[in-house]
Amino acid sequence: MLTVLFDGIAYGMLLFVLSAGLAVTLGVMNFVNLAHGAFAMAGGYVAVLLINRLGVPFFAALPLVFVATAAIGGVLERTLYVRVYAKSHLEQVLFTIGLVFMAVAAVDYTVGSGQVFLELPEMLKGQFHVLGAGIGKYRLAIIVLCGLITVALQYALARTRFGSRLRAAVDNPTVARGLGINVGRVFAVTFAVGSGLAGLGGALGAEIVGLDPVFPLKYMIYFLIVVTVGGTSSMTAPFAAAILLGLGDVAGKYYVPQLGAFVIYTMMIAVLIWRPQGLFARGATR
Amino acid sequence: MSTPLTAEIAHHLAARARWRPAEIAFWLIALASVIALPGWHLLLTQVAILGLFALSLDLILGFAGIISLGHAAFFGFGAYVAGILAARGLVAEPMLALVISGVAAALLGWATSFLVLRGSDLTRLMVTLGLALVLYEIANRLVWLTGGADGLSGFAMAPVLGWFDFDIAGHVGYAYSLAVTFVLFLLARRLIFSPFGLSLRSLKENALRAAAIGIPPRRRLVAIYAVAAGYAGVAGALLAQTTQFASLATLDFERSADVLLALIIGGAGYLYGGLIGAVAFKLMQEWISGVTPQYWGFWLGLVLVLIVLVGRAPLQYVRAFLPRSHLASAALRSGRG
Repeated sequence: MLTVLFDGIAYGMLLFVLSAGLAVTLGVMNFVNLAHGAFAMAGGYVAVLLINRLGVPFFAALPLVFVATAAIGGVLERTLYVRVYAKSHLEQVLFTIGLVFMAVAAVDYTVGSGQVFLELPEMLKGQFHVLGAGIGKYRLAIIVLCGLITVALQYALARTRFGSRLRAAVDNPTVARGLGINVGRVFAVTFAVGSGLAGLGGALGAEIVGLDPVFPLKYMIYFLIVVTVGGTSSMTAPFAAAILLGLGDVAGKYYVPQLGAFVIYTMMIAVLIWRPQGLFARGATR
Repeated sequence: MSTPLTAEIAHHLAARARWRPAEIAFWLIALASVIALPGWHLLLTQVAILGLFALSLDLILGFAGIISLGHAAFFGFGAYVAGILAARGLVAEPMLALVISGVAAALLGWATSFLVLRGSDLTRLMVTLGLALVLYEIANRLVWLTGGADGLSGFAMAPVLGWFDFDIAGHVGYAYSLAVTFVLFLLARRLIFSPFGLSLRSLKENALRAAAIGIPPRRRLVAIYAVAAGYAGVAGALLAQTTQFASLATLDFERSADVLLALIIGGAGYLYGGLIGAVAFKLMQEWISGVTPQYWGFWLGLVLVLIVLVGRAPLQYVRAFLPRSHLASAALRSGRG
């Protein structure tokens, strides 16, 4: 029971780090980015390359993964995404599905279609027992890391100058521009950070959720659930949704394995019917 | 009841609904392919089925403005209904099984329309996607009924009309699929040019004003959604019957994405987009997967990205040969949602 709770929380926090970037692009900038998982996959493969091939230590590789995927995200945002912001949802969907298909095939071509695994450092392997619950060391590390990232994100959004610029740019881009805020650059930086976080999540999650070329398609629905179920009023809403989703998924697979992912999808549809604006939305958004 | 005004409107509608030479030519070419291209019938069957499926998506996307990421739900549902009917020996006659599959899918569409037609674009994307995933999971789990991951296979279909047996080269299968597609196309055409179709278009252009002149938005959308679901179900049933196989792949996300791409290539909102798009899509798929079978997805993705970035301007000349007037401008707009 405690083990399920623990694993669920670890999984949920992982999902949050994976989807935090999407919460901003989709929820806040109102851009339907179905290709978000591709950045997570990129991060996972960069991590595999760094750690397995080049022998970079695990904890040194993580910042590199973040920087690499943030760079990819930033470049793509400036070159491609920026042209699609103003288009309709249908075109955004087509565009980002196209990107997903390209990423899937490109990874398949360069790395191969098999599942790859990350070599974990010795100190993160195995588990220990607390109050009869098995605690995986790696999952504990994930909870600590993702917790730190969450706190840092919340701090950056609520307390820093960049955070207030972002909130201003989101609330009213026109007025923000009038105040001298470079809205385009704020969005670009946000997109890059979001991509970097997704990449970090992909690297951390490679051990837990697996990593193969169809990753972006397989987990697309999960990211979307976190964002739509959470609603987008603040960072805490997607966080709560991610934890709920993680707990629901792990518990569902543990107690009623014959139902599989059914539990999650039904949960999502029920929530969307009950509260189309998201579980934690404060009244009408846009 | 027949005032001068209603007479004039009826006259206008009739004039708009008149068959144009290019349309007749289109169907004559399709008919000719039955006789002239016997070696291509297996591929052409796929084209006809995808065309019908894309037509079904066009009904909701092009004419009602609903974006669906899970249209394969109805396609797969129809395929499984037809497969189960045949595999259990309940209904061996293909035409009857087709009708049952279509009606079953339409009922599913009617039932789920109440979930889909709420909320914004984004909620609709999520709910359609989610419903398709739920159906996929159900089909995956109900092994005793659907065969699970192995799919349903090894069922034999009775001859069409009790006369024409399905052959290995797919001649009967193609003629059958094309005939069904044509009949359903005629129905869709009739529907779109009817006052009902007109009310749909007004809803898409301005739902508020349409409601103000007495068109009930919800009822119209529910109706067209159910009809489109039925069409998709028939397309799925056709696939199951002609290949004598129903698998999880019929419910896959990629099928929903493929049909969206086929429709977008052809252009939404003028009825022929799905059919033309299906021809282009299948030819492209055949050609590219002949060159790089495994990485066809890359080029598919590239086409999608380019369509959005560059636009469909190069394809506009195709439309010059097809029904004009309001439809062409509606098609252009629907490209932008």
